[in-house]
Amino acid sequence: MTGLTADSLALLIAATLNAGTVVALAALGLLINERAGVLNLGAEGMMLVAAIAGYATGVQTGSDTLAFVAGALAGAAMAAVFGVLVIWLNTNQYASGLALSLFGAGLSAFAGIQYTQQRLPERAHFDIPFLADLPFVGPALFRHHPFVYLAVALTIALSWFLLKSRSGLVLRAVGESPESAHALGYPVRRIRLMAVMAGGALCGLAGAYISLVYTPLWVEGMVAGKGWIALALTTFATWRPARVLLGAYLFGGVTMLQFQLQGQGVQIPSQWLTMLPYLSTIVVLVLISRNPTWIRINMPASLGKPFHPGA
Amino acid sequence: MFKLEPRATPSTTLMLASPLVALAITVCIGVLLFLALGKDPLAGLQMFLVEPLKSSYALSELSVKATPLILIGLGLAVCFKANIWNIGAEGQFVMGAVFAGGVAMRASPDSASWIWVLVLLAGALGGMLWAAIVALLRDRFNASEILVSLMLVYVAEMVLSYLVYGPWKDPAGYNFPQTITFLDVTRVPKLVSGLRMNVGVGIAAVAVLVLTVFMARTYAGFQLQVGGLAPAAARYAGFSSRRALWTALLLSGAMAGLAGGLDAAGPQGQLTPYIPMGYGFGAIIVAFVGRLHPVGIVFSAVLMSMFYIGGELAQSRLGLPKALTGVFQGLLLFALLACDTFIHQRLRWVAAK
Repeated sequence: MTGLTADSLALLIAATLNAGTVVALAALGLLINERAGVLNLGAEGMMLVAAIAGYATGVQTGSDTLAFVAGALAGAAMAAVFGVLVIWLNTNQYASGLALSLFGAGLSAFAGIQYTQQRLPERAHFDIPFLADLPFVGPALFRHHPFVYLAVALTIALSWFLLKSRSGLVLRAVGESPESAHALGYPVRRIRLMAVMAGGALCGLAGAYISLVYTPLWVEGMVAGKGWIALALTTFATWRPARVLLGAYLFGGVTMLQFQLQGQGVQIPSQWLTMLPYLSTIVVLVLISRNPTWIRINMPASLGKPFHPGA
Repeated sequence: MFKLEPRATPSTTLMLASPLVALAITVCIGVLLFLALGKDPLAGLQMFLVEPLKSSYALSELSVKATPLILIGLGLAVCFKANIWNIGAEGQFVMGAVFAGGVAMRASPDSASWIWVLVLLAGALGGMLWAAIVALLRDRFNASEILVSLMLVYVAEMVLSYLVYGPWKDPAGYNFPQTITFLDVTRVPKLVSGLRMNVGVGIAAVAVLVLTVFMARTYAGFQLQVGGLAPAAARYAGFSSRRALWTALLLSGAMAGLAGGLDAAGPQGQLTPYIPMGYGFGAIIVAFVGRLHPVGIVFSAVLMSMFYIGGELAQSRLGLPKALTGVFQGLLLFALLACDTFIHQRLRWVAAK
């Protein structure tokens, strides 16, 4: 390999943070609903629908803000359908999440047909004044879309919320022992629905980020498994926000490594490099899961189990 | 307000009626969707529910789509009954096609006339090996079969892509990403000349029979289902959950691989990057709508194939996007899950406290 210059290293770091932000946003969202005891396998579907909702809004209105709002709303709406099914009608969480993913794939492909040829309006670059001009750290850290920083802020806020705030305690109680939370008078179902919708909204932001910023265009199935990787990430991170963020950057690094290697003219067929993120997800999953006790201690105790409030 | 309460015994009527009610709901939403798109809903429904059954040509096409769905759905039903969530059948299908293609490409015009059997067996083996990775990682390292099987779908698609863009590319194919067209001797025999329907239909019928017997009449099938319904009871009875895991995954992998082999050596006749067509995901819906029962799966696979063909017809004749198929398939599964709620529970009006 030819030498890695400081400039290209800075760009690699920047690209890593950018790619990591997508999965970080989605995984932080999924973390919220999993901490409340609901496993939503529909992340991929929610992200796809949000990606096209955001893209369509962006093309029609030219406003980034509206586009992201549309993405978040689309994600939350999809999550609400799932939430009502699993929380009130007690349907199987695995099957319902799968249904959400399959439905989302179909719906987004259907809605997106007319947008495959359309382009988004040009967008201003985001540079943080002064800091962006610093050598090395400027291009690496301070020329990002605001969402990159939002993901970091969200991680901190979520850690505080879950571990230090009273509402966070209630949320975790609902996920650990819904019966006890119910007995104490907390509206378990409503809390779970809110958590599911919050998760959907963040998956929606992640989906919209993909179609608006990460690869600004609409292609059918463009989320390409990132929703599933985000799901895996919550397990890797043993349901801790800070570890989710680190894991997401690690994933971003692996994703970007392929482009870096291709750019360096390394003679490996591109398909083997494209496999890397998926293979590394499997490898990390294996490393983390091989200690069942550790997973069991950290996993929200009622994750995936339905809750029936007694009469 | 209305309240859901458990029934003393599950409603058998609803267990059978639920898929039909779900279909009715899907059709209703479909009508609304056609109206919203400014199309005649009757013409729309005709594409999905009537046209796919109208002629011998249509029925033959239906069989080409239903066969892989039945085969994959049967395997998945075994997994789901054992509470093992293999959702990577699409990847196992692709590896089946790759293995089958690998054997088919090595045939020569004077290969024995039964070589196509070998091609299909290779397909089943490919799918089985791909699923074995999932079983191994689950068994040895406790890794979630949901995530591993799904990640392997993307990996399988990349393996296929590497092969057809690289070492297996047809040298005389004008640089298109495709293998050579397989020799006739390796192709799955057709049942009626001029139609694409092939012996896969017979294989699917045998598979339905074998799996009905396996699930309802064999000890291994019984153990699998107990493990899925009541893991604690299965442990107490000394049923091995590891054996259930391996059996279910290897079986469903082989079925998906066989379907992939049938597709590659049947209607496709060569490998291209377009081998993965979503049958592996569609079969998840097939398995649930078919009540995880082999005979039910036949009906639901035919229904789902009608959705596939209807989508193609709606595109060519009504100018609607083909992706409509996915919307309807997803809706059907959603509606079914919602209806299924009422098998074990019922709605009762209670005065608000």
